[in-house]
Amino acid sequence: MTGLTRGSARPNQWLRNLNAKIASIPMILTAVVIFVGGTAWTVVYSFTNSKLLPRLSFVGFDQYERLWAAPRWLISIQNLAVFGLLSLMFSLVIGFVLAALMDQKIRFENTFRTIMLYPFALSFIVTGLVWQWLLNPQYGIQSIVRSLGWTSFAFDPLYNSNIVIYGILIAALWQGTGLVMCLMLAGLRGIDEDIWKASRVDGIPMWKTYVLIIIPMMRGVFITTLVIIASGIVKVYDLVVAQTSGGPGIASEVPAKYVYDYMFQAQNLGQGFAASTMMLVTVAIIIVPWAYLEFGGGRKRG
Amino acid sequence: MDSIADNNMVVGYETAPASLMAGARGRKPRRTLSRRNIIVYGTLTLVALYYLLPLYVMIVTSLKGMPEIRVGNIFAPPLEITFEPWVKAWSEACTGLNCDGLSRGFWNSVRITVPSVIISIAIASVNGYALANWRFKGADLFFTILIVGAFIPYQVMIYPIVIVLRELGVYGTLTGLIIVHTIFGMPILTLLFRNYFAGLPEELFKAARVDGAGFWTIYFKIMLPMSLPIFVVAMILQVTGIWNDFLFGVVFTRPEYYPMTVQLNNIVNSVQGVKEYNVNMAATILTGLVPLTVYFVSGRLFVRGIAAGAVKG
Repeated sequence: MTGLTRGSARPNQWLRNLNAKIASIPMILTAVVIFVGGTAWTVVYSFTNSKLLPRLSFVGFDQYERLWAAPRWLISIQNLAVFGLLSLMFSLVIGFVLAALMDQKIRFENTFRTIMLYPFALSFIVTGLVWQWLLNPQYGIQSIVRSLGWTSFAFDPLYNSNIVIYGILIAALWQGTGLVMCLMLAGLRGIDEDIWKASRVDGIPMWKTYVLIIIPMMRGVFITTLVIIASGIVKVYDLVVAQTSGGPGIASEVPAKYVYDYMFQAQNLGQGFAASTMMLVTVAIIIVPWAYLEFGGGRKRG
Repeated sequence: MDSIADNNMVVGYETAPASLMAGARGRKPRRTLSRRNIIVYGTLTLVALYYLLPLYVMIVTSLKGMPEIRVGNIFAPPLEITFEPWVKAWSEACTGLNCDGLSRGFWNSVRITVPSVIISIAIASVNGYALANWRFKGADLFFTILIVGAFIPYQVMIYPIVIVLRELGVYGTLTGLIIVHTIFGMPILTLLFRNYFAGLPEELFKAARVDGAGFWTIYFKIMLPMSLPIFVVAMILQVTGIWNDFLFGVVFTRPEYYPMTVQLNNIVNSVQGVKEYNVNMAATILTGLVPLTVYFVSGRLFVRGIAAGAVKG
């Protein structure tokens, strides 16, 4: 490929392909100034004691020490861990089971998919507000179940700090499992029909074929889905703002909200930078091993 | 591969009696088939109902009057249908001191979404075309940074962007927000267009080159007309994504420019006054209406868009 274009190359290296370079200026600026520069800037300033305005007076790891001593941050991290693990588990399992059901050569597949995926088109704000209403203890699900006769029934996650994170989890699963189902379904469709024929000939029960053969074959799809969900979980913000505003008290705080509040409301920039750097580290822990596995070997192709 | 084959054998032997029974069942395939169908369709229908429930409750609540909401249950259809909550949500609901309803947020969102979608797609499509057909030295490096950057939490880059926008004098304006949407839409859109253009037959491009067509001529005369579907996919992706954005809206604009999502949240979660759940739900539906319409109209293309969008996370 390069051989051909080289043949017609002009002597001036910089002017060659000039239009393509001009067309790429926004990308280059975004990549260098915002993505690399911005990230580096935030990391550097997380070691300063910036308050209202960013100032370059370094204080070492002070901000991080303060961060990890703050109850609100610890609750945020704990919430993120619980929410993250549960939503990973549930959305993978539910998404896969739904995809497997959809893959049974059923009728009305399009209708079912349309219904399961529509919440994904809605914003987290809309999702959060709907579920805030559904989980309203006075009028919502709790009062319905009580009016059916089970008067001691209690399910008021948005007003109970012990279980508030599950209330958010329900909303998040409602919004996101449709997407996981679609990704899994695409994976299932990619499996060779002959595998199914072979397992049928051997008389292997269907669930066993799924567990022992299909799922291991779909490892790539699972890993990709996992990375997608996980990097979305770290960013969870709007949903919490809409559904609980972090309450009751600080029971449903999450790291992304901590960052926003410290940067733009408490005017303690240093804390915000330190917290956002911790978010970056979390994402790196998820992404780097995956990127290494996915692209580390694939580079040869070039 | 070998171990799977072994497993098959073992399983095959172990379940030999079971398969004999299966043979007995095999004589009445209709029944087993229908029982399986009942499980499959039954589960899917229940799941579908669960997914539809919040939409149903939203609509039903928005059509009731407040007295009815206070006494009834949220699943009951309205005894007396009223559109007053919708009117109120659109033109009277208050955020702080402003009581001109969600309409202001709606028009702000339109003024944000339309230019953001056009500009981000224009830039990303030309960029993807350059990456696919006019690769220059270093292009792949920047592209890799762009894709990796898509995984960086926005919170890490927000403040530096505030500074850059302030230096440019557009912080707090619609222009600033449009730039931000263009920046954060770039990774996924560029990837989308690059992959699409790279998949087009190379002979076309070469033939045009031989005929003396340059960068822009090939883009406008050949690439653009051939890639309308991918432009539609990109539009769906961007319209829903930008309309649903909350974080950038709240960080990068002043209250008078707040997009619909931000205003909706302020209306519903305001602590002042009596809670009017019917107005809140009407406002919520109104905000969700644009992406829902895009979703229902576009159908399969939406799925394609999010499958591509999913790569970005």
